[in-house]
Amino acid sequence: MGEMSNLSRRSFVFGSVAVAGGVAFGQYAGAQQVPAAAAAANPLAAHLGPQSVTFNPWVEISPDKITLIAQHADKGQGVGSIQPLMIAEELDLEPHQFEIRFAGPSPAYFNTGFAHELAPFMAPDQSPEAEKARAAALEWLRKAGLQMTGGSSTIPDTYDKLRMAGAIARETLKAAAARRTGIPAANLRTQSGSVILPDGTKIPYVALSADAAKITPVSVDKLRDPSQWRILGKPMERLDIRPKVTGEMKFGIDRAMDGMVFAAVKLNPNKGQPIKSYDASKARTMPGVKTILRISNGIAVIATNSWYAMQAAEAVDCVWEPSKYPAEQADHWKTAAASFTPQFLAKQWRNDGNIDAGLKDGTLIEAEYRAPYVGHQPLEPLNGIGIVTDKGMEIWVGHQTPQSVQYIAATAIGLKPEQVTFHNEWMGGSFGHRLEFENIRVLAEIANQMRGTPVKLIFSREEDFRQDIPRQIAMGKYRGSVKDGKIVAADLQVAATAPFKELQERMGAPTKDPDGQLAVGIWNVYYDIPNYRATSFEIQGLSPSTTWRSVGASANGFFTESFIDELIHAAGLDPLMARIRMCKIPIYRKLLETVGEMADWKGPLGNGKGRGVAFVESFGTAVAEIVEVTMTDAGIRIDKVWVAADVGKIVDPVNFENLVQGGVVWGLGHAMNCELTYSKGAVQQTNYNHHEAMRMYQCPAIEVRGLENDYTVRGIGEPPVPPAAPALANAIFAATGKRIREMPFNKFIDFV
Amino acid sequence: MFELTVNGIKHQVDVVPEMPLLWVLRDELGITSPKYGCGIAQCGACTVQIDGKAVRSCQARIADVAGKAITTIEAVGGGKLHPVQEAWIEHQVPQCGYCQTGQIIQAISLLKTIPKPTDEDIDQVMSGNLCRCGTYERIRVAIHAAAEKMGRK
Repeated sequence: MGEMSNLSRRSFVFGSVAVAGGVAFGQYAGAQQVPAAAAAANPLAAHLGPQSVTFNPWVEISPDKITLIAQHADKGQGVGSIQPLMIAEELDLEPHQFEIRFAGPSPAYFNTGFAHELAPFMAPDQSPEAEKARAAALEWLRKAGLQMTGGSSTIPDTYDKLRMAGAIARETLKAAAARRTGIPAANLRTQSGSVILPDGTKIPYVALSADAAKITPVSVDKLRDPSQWRILGKPMERLDIRPKVTGEMKFGIDRAMDGMVFAAVKLNPNKGQPIKSYDASKARTMPGVKTILRISNGIAVIATNSWYAMQAAEAVDCVWEPSKYPAEQADHWKTAAASFTPQFLAKQWRNDGNIDAGLKDGTLIEAEYRAPYVGHQPLEPLNGIGIVTDKGMEIWVGHQTPQSVQYIAATAIGLKPEQVTFHNEWMGGSFGHRLEFENIRVLAEIANQMRGTPVKLIFSREEDFRQDIPRQIAMGKYRGSVKDGKIVAADLQVAATAPFKELQERMGAPTKDPDGQLAVGIWNVYYDIPNYRATSFEIQGLSPSTTWRSVGASANGFFTESFIDELIHAAGLDPLMARIRMCKIPIYRKLLETVGEMADWKGPLGNGKGRGVAFVESFGTAVAEIVEVTMTDAGIRIDKVWVAADVGKIVDPVNFENLVQGGVVWGLGHAMNCELTYSKGAVQQTNYNHHEAMRMYQCPAIEVRGLENDYTVRGIGEPPVPPAAPALANAIFAATGKRIREMPFNKFIDFV
Repeated sequence: MFELTVNGIKHQVDVVPEMPLLWVLRDELGITSPKYGCGIAQCGACTVQIDGKAVRSCQARIADVAGKAITTIEAVGGGKLHPVQEAWIEHQVPQCGYCQTGQIIQAISLLKTIPKPTDEDIDQVMSGNLCRCGTYERIRVAIHAAAEKMGRK
């Protein structure tokens, strides 16, 4: 990897992991409860019925059914479908032959998919040092036992292990059939949920469960070659499509229980602050209201119907403790602007060549960029059902980090995490929202005051907006120089609040290390620029922030790819050709070439039309996008988007396309018209009319091509997001000559 | 006490007259396919048919809709999948799926008025239905496919 040698290393995203036996990562609180040795144990074994067998933490067979466990939570990205189908591929099951269950909390479900993101090497780096660091990161993950859905890691985590889980189950069932029939396993085969004997007799797997339970799972050393796949890699029907089209799908918000009461809350909009006092005299008399409870950061109304509860909660007069962060948005920006100083230095991630000399050589270009707070606002509002008894708490809630739900709920009401029984739910979106805990903490407090009664909490949309911990706020101060048709220098400085570091702290695993997410989009930049420096500053004292679909890259990718575009134009070059020429990684260059071919890129279009290109790698997945716009009398119209992405191997091609299209819509829509702003300590946008993102009339056709050149399998949930905003801004520049350096763009230009 | 007919079945509910239909369906009757998304007719996830018309059930007071025929996604196909639902499956529209029952009911309503809609027709009628996952392009394709199917029948 000679190409990589001049790229410096980044510190771990999770903090300083003990890769070289050095600094230990702050203990992960949820996982601490279970000894590391238990990581290997199969959590299904403890609850197995009679005559049943489990081969590993993902497969359970009883005399009447086959159950496949989905360890990653489904928030719409389709992993509730693809995880069991990866098992089914090797286990020779048809899609209708098994039930799906979401995993409970267990270190057996630790996420191996974070190993790449943890190791401080760039995605394309296959050097022995990089691989060694990834292996060490994997070992750390095994010890930590952290079960988390996020970081576009589901497929990287499960691609091998779930197929292996299926293969082991298959071979063990064959061994059980061999033992029963006396026919050597080598003469048996499997098909459609049965072991098939040489004479064609079928023994269903379920009929072998008791026998298989007596056998140590057979080890398997080889997975089937993709050329043999029946299901994977081909267009398939997602297993959740039908129930979502017929209305049968039950999301968390749809669950009901006997004797259940409904709860709505009014919480301090000054995030993180308690309630001082309240007057519920009017609310108490409203229809359906059973009782009104004080909780640490607000009040809860218990009622017979969630509408009654929400109406009454709104009617409670509350006096709030004021915010610790600036009350007004303008002061947030002032704080951000003042953070580019040594005091707030997080880390200098790269310093190639001689940046000072480079900036003096040629024409100097300077630009300042801004990315505001943005909301997640999945369409299913935060909710959950909880019941607290003397023994502990049972909770039903859609969440991405089961162990943290136990930790947060337990901590809120003085229980031990293992006293909290967690059940995951199908989620109506997340985008990072369901990695946070606003509903969990509140539900625990309410249920604890309503002991013995199941409480169903639903946030009103307004409350969900007010409590939504937003994307980081970020500013970029960029300088660069061009000379003789070349980019000579680029000095990228970003100041932002630290989304992942803050999330870690709330999960009970604080770290003092710089947030690796602040490096994404300024560090992992693959252009040949001889003098290059990337530095991030951590803004202190503002609103809490958290991971928002694509996290650091959602802001940094916009800044960097906009600025690269500015430099390219200043150098008099073609935006696509210049990127292709400067790109140092061959498979990434291929992506840029591919997207150019798809769009038939031939330079400027004229007639009020413009095209912009952007290229960002995040979570290891590189994505190139071209956006075409037309300046009309009614404003900018987005005509078409082309996307090329490389994930190494595409396991579910239809869903791949759907996720890429959705990621583009997410990236464009929020860049066009969304921000959260604070006034009097509270977010001012409280429903979709203030924070709309893209609607159908603005949505272009989005053409997607997936390449499979990368050396390892990658995720696709987030990586299509970061290039969308800069590609749009660059297209607007091409069409109008107007350079937009701040999101949302509708502050500066009208859209159709 | 209000009487309402949902998917052909009569129900009695004891709620205040102001309660919107959405919360009667979900919390009183346990019919959860209409979804709560925004509560102010901004998202369309709660869309049901009232006397055959697509309506935002979060805005329909129970006192105003009692006695009318209410249809939720479960009954739009009259016992089988509606061609719009078939198209939704064939084109694998949903991601999280939370908005999709509302999208489908809105699309059925569109095709009732305009059997062969253009992209512009679709954009005009469907833009009130938010999809945070961003499945708009697939919705458009599925509506054209459904129009084709229904035209053949």
